[in-house]
Amino acid sequence: METIIQGKAYVLGKNIDTDQIIPAEHLVYSLSDPEEVKLYGKYALSGVPPEQGGLPEGNIPFIREGEFSSDYTIIIAGPNFGCGSSREHAPFALKVAGAKAIIAESYARIFYRNCVDGGFVIPYETAEELNQVIKTGDELKIDVKANTIENLSRQVTYKLSALGDVFSIIEAGGIFAYARQENLMAQS
Amino acid sequence: MQQTITQKILSRAANRKFVDAGESVWLNVDILLTHDVCGPPTFDIFKQEFGPDAKVWDPQKVVVLPDHYIFTANEHAHRNIDLLRQFAAEQHLPHYYDVGSDRYKGVCHVALAEEGFNIPGTVLFGTDSHTCTSGAFGMFGTGIGNTDAAFILGTGKLWEKVPESIKFTFDGVMPEYLTAKDLILQILGDITTDGATYKAMEFDGEAIFSLPMEERMTLTNMAIEAGGMNGIIAADSVAESYVRARSQKPYEIFRSDPDAKYHSRYHYNVRELEPVVAQPHSPDNRATVRSVQGTKITKSYIGSCTGGKLTDFVMAAKILKGKKVSVTTNIVPATVLVARALETERFEGVTLKQIFEDAGCSIALPSCAACLGGPSDTVGRSVDNDLVVSTTNRNFPGRMGSKHAGVYLASPLTAAASAVTGKLTDPRDFL
Repeated sequence: METIIQGKAYVLGKNIDTDQIIPAEHLVYSLSDPEEVKLYGKYALSGVPPEQGGLPEGNIPFIREGEFSSDYTIIIAGPNFGCGSSREHAPFALKVAGAKAIIAESYARIFYRNCVDGGFVIPYETAEELNQVIKTGDELKIDVKANTIENLSRQVTYKLSALGDVFSIIEAGGIFAYARQENLMAQS
Repeated sequence: MQQTITQKILSRAANRKFVDAGESVWLNVDILLTHDVCGPPTFDIFKQEFGPDAKVWDPQKVVVLPDHYIFTANEHAHRNIDLLRQFAAEQHLPHYYDVGSDRYKGVCHVALAEEGFNIPGTVLFGTDSHTCTSGAFGMFGTGIGNTDAAFILGTGKLWEKVPESIKFTFDGVMPEYLTAKDLILQILGDITTDGATYKAMEFDGEAIFSLPMEERMTLTNMAIEAGGMNGIIAADSVAESYVRARSQKPYEIFRSDPDAKYHSRYHYNVRELEPVVAQPHSPDNRATVRSVQGTKITKSYIGSCTGGKLTDFVMAAKILKGKKVSVTTNIVPATVLVARALETERFEGVTLKQIFEDAGCSIALPSCAACLGGPSDTVGRSVDNDLVVSTTNRNFPGRMGSKHAGVYLASPLTAAASAVTGKLTDPRDFL
């Protein structure tokens, strides 16, 4: 896995539910057909009410009109990110769009599990309200080993909560890779 | 060691005598549930990880209930049903309920109960967040994603962190105007949408055990709306007779030990509660119906796993009998069995179906329908500037269709009373 994740911030509020991450009408596309998969990128975060996307100004879309991937790599949000449905399409869509990490104050359980076990995006937690101090478009650098995030645009570094037990699953690339590595299932 | 009911069920599934809150354990899974939205990608991952010719761990333990996007012209949705059908045939799955056949059931959480898959003491995982509904039967049920479900398909096992429990006790005798939906919306307003994240929500008290199974399911269904891992009610004689009428399987009844440790406890007296709604755009945005009485609405929607059971329609019929609705009112039975019961169940001598038709409601075919918006041709899907009063479980922005619509979550009594007046209306005005 990458030990440094660098890219632009996309800032959101609290309680970003899975209907905002990928609206239910789009859940019909294949998750394996390469052409259809692109649509998950196109519609990632398309359910966020416009004024609540790309804070603090708002009205900044995650995906530009006609595009399939995002200019933003790191999502910054408040508490309870990913609440709502169990749709694994949600972290999948964020990955397809090009997001590599989320930094939120807390997560809903199923979304968090899906991020980790599916190996889609890294769900970091932070005790600080980073969505109040980081602005959409800021250049950020996450040091995976040190559990820190540096705002290169403002020269401030913040501490991230350690990933703990799930780090080894993330490092392996998901639950299947981890289970093979630990001999929890037969090699296939 | 003293344990909660959730700990005891997880101990059994982990082949242990005791499991502590916070520890991660590997569980033997009794039933895996999936549907048309998450089944196809789950099967894809299963084949990719276990091989194209791999067999599921136990075909008897896999239940596939298509329910989300059924009555639509959307070709991608049809393709998903084809993929379910194909996998069920390849794997010889006995519990596949095909669309367009007389085996079709409808909304999975209600059908699981009706078909006898909810067995006290067992562990159910499902690729749907409302899998917690089944906790009404004194069992552990929780939602997972496709990857975790594929892991179960191949191994019959999954890891889970044992949750701490929060206990909600409801004392008193339920008044006629109050429903399980009011109780859970009351809780959501008190603890908010992340108040139970990673926790078990255990319900008990005189009022809870007086409820029929369908109402108990309304309560456990919305545990996820507080972030709960599972909602649970110990099985009593009401649960036992429901299960015995539908299944021959042996079951084990667990109850929390008197000194089991809880994260926190909440006490309510149902006599002190009143009808409430969750205002747009969050299930915890609670208000008493009286305080928002008169707010204009454009639609009323009675349906879904939490609000489309027979008991919900009996309540709605009490209010709608002899009245006319003044806004579009969609009646969406959760399952085929519920739809049939509308034709036989009577209130004051008239069938529910007749009551709804006379009132000017439109009755849809059983599926998840507009509870989650769905494809553009979905019955009841909200459009821009809609204000919907709905018996469903979520009112996030865009949940029922347009993100420029608002949804008020309410009991079937409140949804029916509001349908008549065209404004949010306390059901006590009609009872």
